[in-house]
Amino acid sequence: MTDETDRKPAPGASTNRRRFLTGTLAGGAAIAASGGEAFAQRKRKPIGPNPDNQPPNVPEWSKVLGDGVASHPYGKPSKFEAHVVRRDVEWLTASRESSINFTPLHELDGIITPNGLCFERHHGGAAVVSPFDHRLIIHGLVDKPLIFSMDDIKRFPRTNRVHFLECAANSGMEWRGAQLNGCQFTHGMIHNVMYTGVLLKDLLNEAGLKPTAKWLQVEGADSSGMNRSLPIEKALDDCLIAFKMNGEALRTEQGYPLRLVVPGWEGNLWVKWIRRIEVGDKPWFAREETSKYTDLMSDGRSRRYTFVMDAKSVVTNPSPQAPFTAKGRNVLTGVAWSGRGHITRVDVTLDGGRNWREARIDGPVLDRSMTRFYVDFDWAGNELLIQSRAHDSTGYVQPTKQELRAVRGVNNIYHNNGIQTWLVRANGETENVEIS
Amino acid sequence: MSRSLKVVLAVALVAAPLATAMAGKLGLGREATPEEIKAWDIDIRPDGHGLPPGKGSVKQGEDIFQAQCASCHGEFGEGKDRWPVLAGGLGSLKHDRPEKTIGSFWPEASTVFDYIKRAMPFGNAQSLTDNEIYALTAYILHLNDVIKDTNFELGQSNFQTIKLPNKDGFYDDDREVAEKHFWNRKVCMTECKPEAKVTGRAQVLDVTPDGKSGPKVD
Ligand code: HEC
Repeated sequence: MTDETDRKPAPGASTNRRRFLTGTLAGGAAIAASGGEAFAQRKRKPIGPNPDNQPPNVPEWSKVLGDGVASHPYGKPSKFEAHVVRRDVEWLTASRESSINFTPLHELDGIITPNGLCFERHHGGAAVVSPFDHRLIIHGLVDKPLIFSMDDIKRFPRTNRVHFLECAANSGMEWRGAQLNGCQFTHGMIHNVMYTGVLLKDLLNEAGLKPTAKWLQVEGADSSGMNRSLPIEKALDDCLIAFKMNGEALRTEQGYPLRLVVPGWEGNLWVKWIRRIEVGDKPWFAREETSKYTDLMSDGRSRRYTFVMDAKSVVTNPSPQAPFTAKGRNVLTGVAWSGRGHITRVDVTLDGGRNWREARIDGPVLDRSMTRFYVDFDWAGNELLIQSRAHDSTGYVQPTKQELRAVRGVNNIYHNNGIQTWLVRANGETENVEIS
Repeated sequence: MSRSLKVVLAVALVAAPLATAMAGKLGLGREATPEEIKAWDIDIRPDGHGLPPGKGSVKQGEDIFQAQCASCHGEFGEGKDRWPVLAGGLGSLKHDRPEKTIGSFWPEASTVFDYIKRAMPFGNAQSLTDNEIYALTAYILHLNDVIKDTNFELGQSNFQTIKLPNKDGFYDDDREVAEKHFWNRKVCMTECKPEAKVTGRAQVLDVTPDGKSGPKVD
């Protein structure tokens, strides 16, 4: 954190800069007081270009030994990457335990989100659950109610799947118009992870479903007791009970030691710290599928069970937090995803939708996973209005925000998959805008 | 039956209980006891499934609410600062700024009981008795004009008589029909429209919106 003092944040990079700076200064003082003078000195040096370390000079790291192997038993990102963090917008919610933060999409590339950067959404804080004591109970309309320990679950056949998890409220603040400056804030309630787990189908089979089984209630062990109703067809199709993300144990914030994976469906269903599955014949009308996560339309009625996440995309670079810094050759990049299948194509416009070109997709194109796209081009330093448009394997084409509002109104909060526009000014400064 | 199949069956019978071997089960986990299930089975459904014995009145609910809930949700459920609003907003769902509350938006009263039982008070979940939850549910429904009589006692036996105003305000996901035009459309690639004009700009981020006027995340 100390390293950040002298880093000039990109426009709009810090939502609560004042708090952030105070915290930083206090941290620096603590280090100095602890007596590590040399350390503090070294830490206080600005992070940025230093001609002494550039050719034709021999840089300091070429002369001295680096850290030994035992210095970091669990490796962390380079200190030069300390600004790459999840951020929250303090005034959005009343308490941090019932809140969200956002994945820094503009700092990432490829398709996998690093575990420590996956956005968080809690309704009762991130529960610290002991794997020794955690149990999953399956009961209700089953032949035999069962209780599983973590060890039991790990003895089922395993499977590995890469999927995006998007909160239904991602881009929800943007329904009425451009609000937040940065794709981290407009689109950062998403992450893309490889899960290792077991098929929910196999667990249910172990208990034996009664013929009347139609819905499951899935429930978490946190203090919100998060509960949702899940149709049995989906449960038997492709849902996982996962214990690993990107190869290592789930992070606390992501439901350690056990979470539900519901490919392509809204994040709220992916119950973390999953403790109980009740098999029933009807949905439960839990708070999170009535009061929340229903889509209020302009006629005053609401859609319910809008589980699938529609195809969506966003240009992550350039974006307000990551503007272009030079004319000439540049890399425009972004991500696209669809809850209905895989991404088949992404179009990009630089002139606000007058002319489009097909972006270059690179890296794995997986079912219900983020897909990376690029446009390599020469920027003349002119004003740009950048948008991206995703196409998926069901033939769905990402709509504009106007097209979406024409059907869904502006009171919806959830499921905003409209096309995002970034205005790039001649000086590179980039802003979240809406256009005609 | 062939000889080899007989051998397979014999081995299976010895190695695992018959039912397990026959249904392709792995024999993992153990049977959950009725006590274990009862202790965790806290969900309530609109059809009354899960409703525990007990009762509580609007008046009793008011006392508990003022002591344990009002500090966040306000004396009348109006919501302090940015804490959730629990009452009001009736008839506002078509408005420019709809107020979605239990009275104006929720379809089922069972959700109130289910949610309070599992998650409230915030930070002290699963601390209320069933009688207290009946009383709180009655009081919150009173704040929403669903229960008018302050002497009303809500319990397992009369819970099903409660109907919320927006019960019929929901319909199943119809995107594949209502938004059919988002599929399989021919997209234009060149000279698609006149020059685009900026019509809206993001608000400056460091500004803290006053009270509830800022965008909300649910
Ligand atoms: C410390 C503050 C606090 C207290 C005290 C508190 N609540 Fe809450 N309440 C919350 C928060 C925060 C939420 C939303 C939680 C989330 O994000 O899921 C909430 C949500 C609710 C909701 C759902 C609102 C909706 O529209 O979805 C109900 C009902 C509720 N509380 C009832 C109660 C009752 C009854 C009590 C007293 C027994 C209580 N609360 C005490 C903070 C509080």
